Amino acid sequence: MIPLNYYLALSAILFSIGVVGVLARRNAIIVFMSIELMLNSVNLTLVAFSAYLGNATGQMFVFFVLTVAAAEAAVGLAIIIALFRNKMTVNIDEINIMKW
Amino acid sequence: MSLIDILFYFFATIAVVSASIVVFSRNIIYSAFSLLFTFFAVAGLYVLLNADFLAITQLLIYVGGILVLMLFGVMLTHKVVSVDMKTGTLKILPAALITSMIAGTLIGIFTVTDWRVAPLQTGDPIPTAKGIGEMFMTTWLLPFEVASVILLIALIGAAIIARREKEAK
Repeated sequence: MIPLNYYLALSAILFSIGVVGVLARRNAIIVFMSIELMLNSVNLTLVAFSAYLGNATGQMFVFFVLTVAAAEAAVGLAIIIALFRNKMTVNIDEINIMKW
Repeated sequence: MSLIDILFYFFATIAVVSASIVVFSRNIIYSAFSLLFTFFAVAGLYVLLNADFLAITQLLIYVGGILVLMLFGVMLTHKVVSVDMKTGTLKILPAALITSMIAGTLIGIFTVTDWRVAPLQTGDPIPTAKGIGEMFMTTWLLPFEVASVILLIALIGAAIIARREKEAK
């Protein structure tokens, strides 16, 4: 049996990779994919705790996270497409109309 | 080293490598497709953790829904004429600094804390679908309904935002 810490370390690594993507990439869609990566790593943590604690509540949390992730993907991509239609770019450093 | 250990290292390697490709690849199509492998690997890890129903849901929602949406987003937001699939990076150094701080904190917390672990259950793993369904219909009924309202609002909102507006005359 694999120790719980291995799963936790794996999800910490995945989360950190997602943080790099959000902070360092220019393309809004890649930032978006990185957010999905971070959500996935948190889900992995919840499932690991649920399995090692013998309690299914953790899996319940994952279902609600999945719901929010699906809603976020739909609305976020709609925003990106509307943005592209108006500004003809999805690079987040060129979209600065709300900057004073 | 048992089969489960080998499978864990296999899925963990796939997850980390393909997640790195997602973030560090210059080509956005490669990013989108390696995200597929990350989702598959995480679903495999769910199976190793006895969460069979969740693994199937992960495949259905992430691979079938979110990833297809992502690919649509990639296709719709790139100029077809100029084949500009390359994407650059912003300030690498502060990003690396912040990320290493976050990673250090997380791994430190995870290793230092003495997590409570239930005694291992032996025997064949039990299917989780029945238990999950019962919990949805009893303890978590209100959040379940709220989640359905959230999905409806997201559906309507996404359609309204992404729709082409009529030309003002």
